[in-house]
Formats: sequence, C-alpha cells, structure tokens
Amino acid sequence: MNRILATAVSEFRIAFRNRWVSIATGMMVLFALVLAAAGSAPTGDVGVDRLSVTVASLTSLAVYLVPLLALLMSFDAVAGEVERGTLPLLLTYPVSRLQILLGKLLAHLAILGLAVTLGYGAAALAAVWFDPGATEGLGALWRLIWSSVLLGATFLGTGYALSALARRPSGAAGLAIALWLAAVVLYDLALLALIVTDGGGAFTTQALPVALLANPADAFRVFNLSAAQAVSAAGGLGGAAGTIPLWQSAASLLLWPLAAIALAAAAFRKVTP
Amino acid sequence: MTPTLTISRLTKRFQSVEALKSVSLALEPGRRAALLGHNGAGKSTMMKIVLGLIPFDSGDVSVCGMAPGSSAARTQVAYLPENVAFHPALTGEEQLRHYLALRGESPKLAIELLARVGLGHAARRRIGTYSKGMRQRVGLAQTLIGRPRLLVLDEPTSGLDPVSRRDFYDLLDGLAAEGTAILLSSHVLTEVEARTDRILILSGGELVAEGTLADLRTRAALPVAFSVRPAPGHAPALAATFPEGVQGEDGLLRLRGSQSEKLPLLARIAALGSAVADLDVIPPSLEDIYSHFSRRDGQ
Repeated sequence: MNRILATAVSEFRIAFRNRWVSIATGMMVLFALVLAAAGSAPTGDVGVDRLSVTVASLTSLAVYLVPLLALLMSFDAVAGEVERGTLPLLLTYPVSRLQILLGKLLAHLAILGLAVTLGYGAAALAAVWFDPGATEGLGALWRLIWSSVLLGATFLGTGYALSALARRPSGAAGLAIALWLAAVVLYDLALLALIVTDGGGAFTTQALPVALLANPADAFRVFNLSAAQAVSAAGGLGGAAGTIPLWQSAASLLLWPLAAIALAAAAFRKVTP
Repeated sequence: MTPTLTISRLTKRFQSVEALKSVSLALEPGRRAALLGHNGAGKSTMMKIVLGLIPFDSGDVSVCGMAPGSSAARTQVAYLPENVAFHPALTGEEQLRHYLALRGESPKLAIELLARVGLGHAARRRIGTYSKGMRQRVGLAQTLIGRPRLLVLDEPTSGLDPVSRRDFYDLLDGLAAEGTAILLSSHVLTEVEARTDRILILSGGELVAEGTLADLRTRAALPVAFSVRPAPGHAPALAATFPEGVQGEDGLLRLRGSQSEKLPLLARIAALGSAVADLDVIPPSLEDIYSHFSRRDGQ
C-alpha cells in the first residue's frame, strides 16, 4: 500500500507541474458553467428543480469530456516511461507492475475527481443561486460525481493498456484519440443509424439495451438519466434509458473499471524494458 | 563463502543473434568485478538478465540464492542503468523520496543520500535542470538506498569528472568492505585496474578472459617495446647491431621482445655504452591486453 501511495504522490506532483491539474479543472469548470448558463432558459415550469436539470445537461457533457481527460492523462503512463528510459530502473525496485499502475490510477483519479467536483460544483452553485429549491438535486449531483470518477477509471485503465501496447507516446496518443472517437462518438452514431433503419423492431427492443450497457460511456449516461428519472429531459439515445433497469447500468459502471485495469495490467506485463 | 551472484552456462538469443554464449561466473560478497567488452559484446544484456528485466534461454542465474527479478531478489539488488534517466519535473529530493518509499525506507533519508554524492545543494531543484554528471550522481545515490547485497552498475562513471570518479570509487570501496558484491562495466580501463578485484572480458557474447589484471597480463604474454635513442653519430652502428629493429623518422630505434627476452635485450643495449643516449621500456598497456583478449575470437 505504501508503494502505491508513494507512486501516487510522485505522479500527482508530475501531473501538477505539467499543468494537468489546472487544465482538467479549468476545462470542467468552463464547460459546466457554459452549460449551466445555456440550460437555464427553458426550465421554469418543467416541474423539476433547476439543479436536476443542470445535472442532466452535465451528464451529456461528462460523457464526452471525462473519457477525453482520462485518455489524455493516461496515454503517456507506460510509453512515456519507456521513452524517457525511466522504466528499467523502476522495474528493478521491489514494486509490482500492478502496484505501479494502481499508483498512477490513484493520482489520476484524484485529479479527475477534483476537476469534476469543482466543475459540477460551479454549475450547481449557479443553479442554487437562481433557484433555492435546487438543493433537492444535490443527490443527483453527488451521483454524477462518483459515477464520473468510475467512468474516468475505465478510460484511465484502457489508456494505460493502450500506452503499454503502443510503447511509444506518439503511437499511444493516436490510439487514445481513436478509442475516444470510436467509443464516445461513432458508437452512438452507429446505434442511432441502426435504430432509424430498424424502425422499432427487434434491434431496438432486444439488442439496443445490451449495446448500451456494453459501452461504459453509454452505461454512464443511462445510469445517471434513469436514476434521476430525467429520461424525458434527455434526447437521443438517452431516451432508451427507461427500458434498462438501474442495477444493470450500475453494474456495468462498476465492472468496466475492473476490466480496464485487468487489461492494463496484462498489457503492461508484456512490456520488456 | 556462498557467492552473491552465480551464473552458469547462461545463454541468451535475440532472434538469430546469440547475445550470450554459455557464460559462467561467480561473485562473492565484498568482491568488485569489472565487466569489459566492446559495445554489443553482451554486457548490458547480462546485467539485465541478472536484474530479471529480460528472460534468458538456458543456463542458471541465482542472485543471493533466489531467482533473478523475484521480489525477494529485487530487495537485495540495486541497479544503475547506462544513461540513467528520471522524470524532469521532479526534484532530486522528491525522486529519492519516491525510491526510498519503494524500498520501504524512510523518505527522510533523501537529503542525506544526496549529500553523500555531493548534490545536497541541488536537492530542491528539478532534475530537468541537472547536468548529465548530476543525473548520474542521483543514479548513484539511489543505489545506496538500504543495504544492497549486490550492486549492478552499467557504465557508472560516464559523465563524471575525475574527482567525482575518485569519490565514487571510494563509496564503492566502503560498500564492498561491508560485504556488498559489485558488478560494474566500464570503458575506462585505468580506473578499473586500480579499483576492482577482478576483470571479466566479454567478446561476442562469450566470456573470453577472467582474472586479476596481473593474471591477464601474464596470460596475454604480450611483447615489451623498447625505444632507443642513439648518441649523435651512432645511429647506423646501432641499426647494424639490431637488424630486427625499426628505425623511425624521429631517429629512435624501436625493438620488441617477449617477456622472457626483456632482460637479455636490456643487457645487449646496456653493453653498447655511450653509443646509446636514452632508453625507454614500454610495457603492454591495458588497452593492448584488453584488445588481445577481446579480439581473440576472429573479431
């Protein structure tokens, strides 16, 4: 445990000096405030508090931004050590490869947690400022924060795995961007296209829920929207969330980080310094 | 005494290239061995196998009685890689605190370790601002953590100035006196001669010579060179006396003879009396001995 903590402290320091902490926090706060301002207009008579509506908007933001931040922080984790030449010495220390990865994960999760808490917090403050009744939505906000951290853990883990597979930072960066595009953007576009051609047939009722649960970003969106019963407020794929039981999306959200870390550990084990 | 490091019939192949061919050696506690060889002779490969960083094809390696790279072995071994690197964003102190924590030691010792290698003044500066010699000394400082039973040092003195080199070998002497076995590679033969107990010469993946420098000198039996300066006007006479010699353009007559011919040759030159103005005897250099062994196998 001490070795994991020591690694995490060093990694946090490095990320802080490389401005990652300020970049991640700044990005989250900026986007959250923009969303809070833009989302404030049509809410007056929806019958839900203002914060719950903000959380629904923030969910759509987090689906894109959290995986992006996680991949940007993680793609250098193994490939960077290989390129700098710091890996051989590190691996002669009495620390396991899994401990090294967990240390990095702890530091990156702390940064991500800080960024989403401050970002969502800023949007929440704005919501409560205009609508004192918005404090009813605090539960939804808290749920969004911890589920964002879990979503981040999944993409951090896959980022480490790509980093170990690529061995070079440039290659790892390319793979990370490709993964983000595929998992967060193209996957949903493909599902939408299938729904349209299917016209409410077997695909929409049978395969779609599974497809949504299989993608951690979609599982995250489904979980937050159905938990907040804000399905109606969300357009697009979010509308399908109503058909998926809450425990299933929660399970997907919890299992994905474990699978990603296992994948990263397996890929890192194959790296010969 | 049980050896700290035992290697027997170690073989390692990279695709078609045989990087190490049936290498065997044993290193006892407190002994310092220098590994010499050309670039690509297999020195770094052998060190990485001892550290458990890369697998090997056949043979046996035992580090303090354990498998190389096992977590028990890693607690006993310290390593200094060739061209050691650290994250440039960390300070020397932060980097050492990290390494101390990984070895289960108190991070508070970081400043003391940096002071031991003469970096106390730069402890709170980022490693990115360090010179190559300073980075090398951070590398040395991290090998002193805990009480390693085996030190593996790849080109440890590269980038160090002569005074730092001497300080570094003094540190090694202290560790060896406490029982640490040391395996180091170097290109600087003169410092290896004075500061190690044993020399191992690798060539093309084979251990071609092993022993003290005196052993190797005797076994190589390289010729001794004589450089004779004739007194004015005596050059032709001298050349006639030693037809086997080579007359240089600088007027010096050069002779070579095996170790056993050395004294008779000296007696013949001395017998010439005033015809000889000066005489230098040049023993085979370390470089000659090293080249002799490392080129023996058709290189």
